Amino acid sequence: MTVADETVIRVTDLAARFDGRTVFERVGFEVRRGEVFVILGGSGSGKSTLLKHIIGLYPPAEGRIEILGEDMAALEGDARRALLRRIGVMWQSGALFGSLTLEGNVEVPLEEHTSLPGEARALVARAKLGLVGLADAAARLPAEISGGMAKRAGIARAMALDPPILFLDEPSAGLDPVTSAGLDALIKQIARDLGTTFVVVTHELQSILAIGDRCIMLDKAARGLIAEGDPRRLRDESTNPTVRAFFRREAPPDGAAATAGGA
Amino acid sequence: MARDTTGTTAAALEARAEGVGGVRLLFRGALDAGAVARLWPEATRRARGAAPLTLDLGGVTALDTAGAVLLLRLEREAGGARWQGLATEGPSRAVLERTRRALEAPSPAAPAGDDLPWVGRIGRATVRRGGGTLDQIAFLGEALVAGAGAVRRPWRLRFGETLRHLDEAGLRAFGLVVLLGFLIGLILAFQSSVSLRRFGAEYYIPNLVGISLLRELGPLMAAVVLAGRTGSAFAAELGTMRVNEEVDALRIMGIDPIAWLVLPRVLAAILVMPVLALLMDLSGLLGMGVVMLSLGYVPAGIAGQLQYALRLWDLWGGLWKAAAFGLSIGLIGCRAGLNAGGGPRAVGDAATGAVVGGIVSIVVLDGAFAVVFYRLGW
Repeated sequence: MTVADETVIRVTDLAARFDGRTVFERVGFEVRRGEVFVILGGSGSGKSTLLKHIIGLYPPAEGRIEILGEDMAALEGDARRALLRRIGVMWQSGALFGSLTLEGNVEVPLEEHTSLPGEARALVARAKLGLVGLADAAARLPAEISGGMAKRAGIARAMALDPPILFLDEPSAGLDPVTSAGLDALIKQIARDLGTTFVVVTHELQSILAIGDRCIMLDKAARGLIAEGDPRRLRDESTNPTVRAFFRREAPPDGAAATAGGA
Repeated sequence: MARDTTGTTAAALEARAEGVGGVRLLFRGALDAGAVARLWPEATRRARGAAPLTLDLGGVTALDTAGAVLLLRLEREAGGARWQGLATEGPSRAVLERTRRALEAPSPAAPAGDDLPWVGRIGRATVRRGGGTLDQIAFLGEALVAGAGAVRRPWRLRFGETLRHLDEAGLRAFGLVVLLGFLIGLILAFQSSVSLRRFGAEYYIPNLVGISLLRELGPLMAAVVLAGRTGSAFAAELGTMRVNEEVDALRIMGIDPIAWLVLPRVLAAILVMPVLALLMDLSGLLGMGVVMLSLGYVPAGIAGQLQYALRLWDLWGGLWKAAAFGLSIGLIGCRAGLNAGGGPRAVGDAATGAVVGGIVSIVVLDGAFAVVFYRLGW
């Protein structure tokens, strides 16, 4: 197995249920090192739920999730902290701490997980903010910046510890096309330069096609995966009506209960 | 040639003196955040004033942002450095160059006006405070206009909303008010009995407790309860609405947020306060009665003494005062909420402002009422 093909996330037969209601089941896929992996699907298909399962916020009802070879659900204490250090998450709303400046926000994981001296923390935080183009906003509070800036600051905070895997929840939701394209370029640049693996949850077609190396598609009606592969090939070659409708921005086919394995 | 090493096998630093004043720093292993934390003091000390400084990275296996920050910091410390052993291509070079570019980006400009002399700062604070006072007066004016509008067209008032606030501010506070009133009456009676016993004047405890409860303590304590429970809730609720842009949405729909949000709350606070104050008075008198009974007085005697000492106006004055406190607490709570800034902290600040402002305002109002009542001979 070469480094490029190394699996960093392996999800096997995952099911998510809340109060007896199944969001999805029998979901399985692998994410390889250094790729931009997109989880896509319509609203309510369970994209964000899947993400929260992978990062260990929700325990799986069934199945197994391995990140960097470790089962997140089975880890506790220091072992769990060590694994959490190696992933970064950018939340849909940014989830920046409102009482801290952007620099303070980026410093939080550094303070918590390293013993870097204060000056070094500040410099690393500034470097991360510079990386996402926010160096001049370092002293501002989250309430004082725009939505696009909040997303970029969220990425800077997620990258504070140089994690090998970054999870992004709806990075382009609520952004204008230009800002959104800028964010896509940033993601590609970080993936290329730092070899970071990205797992991106989104339903923005242009983003998916611009950044995605591979993708999976979740469907509400099928309660699970209905497609997996290169997004551009899915767009051009998929025979699954739901997948085709998604990529062509059409109304869903009648009785959209698509069957699995359409791609 | 001096030579020593720091660090563990994971990452290590070796410093060598070179020529006159020159220093060579050899790094080995993975230069990540953990290693940097360990090596930072030693490395910066070695690099200080080194001329020339050579950074030898031949043995570095990995470099992250923290590592790059350390190297760039050393370069700056020595006023320049010679780099050795770093591949011209590859991830380490990319991280270093990216970090260099990111750190070279312009830093935030200092906020304007921070360089004012102290006289200027006092002036600026005064102007800001004056602006705040003007805002308060403007808010009072808006509330008055909205109130007058509601009197002219009472059907426009949101009665359902007012009832909800009456329930939350009143009914749900009854238990707390009864408990507090009973305990205050009990404590007042007990403490005064200790002093009055010396003069054989325990018989006058109902006079003392009755007057202080009805005229002062009843309305005041009920107002403190309202400020703590309800004033803060008004501020937090309206503050959250403001943060979520719901207040802006109301304005855009052509709905006056004062009439829609503030009036029902303030009306509820005004209506509920006399009831809470009366409840506080009655439970306080009950607490006092328990102490008097334990001292051997009969209920008829206590009641007679109360009837002799208290005038109806003592009660009325207290209840009017309570209504005025309710108005003040309601207005201050709502204003704090509507003026909240952005972010979760703003909501907390608004709630704190509502409670502090409410309590200060009732004490100030109480003083004003005391002067007015005294002048009127009540």
